[in-house]
Amino acid sequence: MSDSQGPLWEVFVQKKAGQPFVHCGNLHAYDKEMALQNARDLYTRRGEGMALWVVPTAAIVASSPEDQGSFFEPSNDKVFRHPTFYPMPDVIKHM
Amino acid sequence: MENKDFEAIFENKLAKNEMVEPKDWMPDNYRKHLLRQISQHAHSEIIGMLPEGNWISRAPSLRSKLVLLAKVQDEGGHGLYLYTAAESLGTSRDEMLDALQTGRAKYSSIFNYPTLSWADIGAVGWLVDGAAIMNQVMLQRTSYGPYARAMVRICKEESFHQRQGYEVMTHMAFGTPEQKEMAQDALNRWWFPTLMMFGPPDSESPNSENAIKWRIKRETNDQLRQRFVNQTVEQVQYLGLTIPDKNLKWNESKKGYDFSEPDWAEFKNVIKGNGPCNKERLDARNKAHNEGRWVREAAAAYGKKQMEQYAAA
Amino acid sequence: MTTQEALFKYTLRLGDCSIILAQRLCEWTSKGPFLEEDLALTNIALDIFGRGKSLLEYAARIEGKGRTEDTLAFFRSDRQFTNYLICEQENGDYAKTMIRQAMVDCFDLLLYSELTKSKDETLAGIAAKSVKEITYHKRHSFSWTDRFGNGTEESRTRAQKALNELWRFTGEFFEVEEADEILIKEGVAVDVKSFQNKWETELHALFEKANLTLPETVFMQTGGRKGIHTEHLAYLLAEMQALPRMYPDAKW
Repeated sequence: MSDSQGPLWEVFVQKKAGQPFVHCGNLHAYDKEMALQNARDLYTRRGEGMALWVVPTAAIVASSPEDQGSFFEPSNDKVFRHPTFYPMPDVIKHM
Repeated sequence: MENKDFEAIFENKLAKNEMVEPKDWMPDNYRKHLLRQISQHAHSEIIGMLPEGNWISRAPSLRSKLVLLAKVQDEGGHGLYLYTAAESLGTSRDEMLDALQTGRAKYSSIFNYPTLSWADIGAVGWLVDGAAIMNQVMLQRTSYGPYARAMVRICKEESFHQRQGYEVMTHMAFGTPEQKEMAQDALNRWWFPTLMMFGPPDSESPNSENAIKWRIKRETNDQLRQRFVNQTVEQVQYLGLTIPDKNLKWNESKKGYDFSEPDWAEFKNVIKGNGPCNKERLDARNKAHNEGRWVREAAAAYGKKQMEQYAAA
Repeated sequence: MTTQEALFKYTLRLGDCSIILAQRLCEWTSKGPFLEEDLALTNIALDIFGRGKSLLEYAARIEGKGRTEDTLAFFRSDRQFTNYLICEQENGDYAKTMIRQAMVDCFDLLLYSELTKSKDETLAGIAAKSVKEITYHKRHSFSWTDRFGNGTEESRTRAQKALNELWRFTGEFFEVEEADEILIKEGVAVDVKSFQNKWETELHALFEKANLTLPETVFMQTGGRKGIHTEHLAYLLAEMQALPRMYPDAKW
């Protein structure tokens, strides 16, 4: 069997209940339980989180820089998706 | 798009102080330079665990043992953050470790000096980490995103390291005559090697120019070294110790201290592998790696079985 | 023996077990089988040192003779240490370290869980913090035992060898001496007999899952409580205590 450091994983930490899980880094681990334990020992040594996700890096599907224009720019001119596009009568305070 | 266009996008990013991300196009030399610098940095953290680790079992109080243990562990964590940043450039950790362990890769020459007394633990934390932090603070704004983000995390965690070192020095310098002697001896031995950590003088630093151009580094070796000396002198005075440099003198015109150049011949010699502990450091790393092989193989076999069961379920 | 003497003895023993075990564990720091695991085990060593420090601080306070946690740790000889023999055993390979840890973690979790109910508030407080830590340590050592048992032939062989070597030191966990008896009556100490079956059942289940078999007839070693140790402890202390003993007037 060839020696290796094991597959790479992505680590996501949730700071507090209700908040989103935020990507905080990577690690190597050979199985799921180890990935979870290593994530705890690596990324929450100073009370950084309340919950963890670990995902094999191989499972990530990413857009590529070439996609940037076609993927993201078309949404830039859809101003009608934002609430500020709609003028409101001054008397209406909460909407 | 043509390569030329990519290059323009890349240059534009640097000009606008934006970060380069792993999947962005980048010039080969930029990638190579980064890979070399980040992996060296990672190796330095890993090898750096050894001289301090040397004193964990002999830390003279329970508190100092806890603190040193936490600190050495942090260094390991920093090595790990940096390895993953380097991995994002397309080199696996296995390859990097192999380069380290076969002596092909470099690491900071400072860790090839021995830690001979408990005062050395103070000196390493205070001077060596102090010098490292100076570099690292600058690198938080380096142009490569994963490297910069690793540095932000590292700087946050490092902030206690230098204080820990200085605290040890304080106890030694204000302790018994024997302790004070150990403190001065540690300062004598670590001062010039610490100054070497910033790298060769700008006039002889082959990689500096590109590193500045690409915003990988934002200040030169000599600038950082000068700043380090300026801020450390006061700390030495407080301890009542003497910097082992007769030429150290305040220079009003440059608002900084004049000081002697470290012995660059020694520097080159240590880098070449002839420092007092080069062999010990590599041997220790290789021993741990070799003795851990069956553990990694067992974990890999177990992980593979688990994945197969998972896929079958 | 007065209650106070018993409490000192009891607390000191718990503290000694922690300090000596953690001193062993931190020998792995920077020498672990891979980086992530190096950091994981150091975290565990840190927890156990922290617990040991709190316990020795408290022991010193109970004794009230001006000693501190540091004088207790650094200025007693091996004959005055009362840790269980298993804590001082050499690390050996990673299988031995993990099997030792699994046995101790399983015991400690039961012990400290009970101790949270102690009438002694300080002990109960230390126990409450420790239970959370040990729950994690146990998860770590149990999963490594499983990995070794179900990993490669080599890892299973090493784990089995470790189990054979170490099992003889587990009898000490369940010994009860005068100090324990006094404190159990007071509702301060834990009656270890009350969870001996549970400890055995949990470990049997772990070893079965990991394809490991307990050695059949084993003579249980003893002596730690009386300060009669294996030969390893004096070496461990010689290293750990070197500086304070060489410079007894120094403050660190």
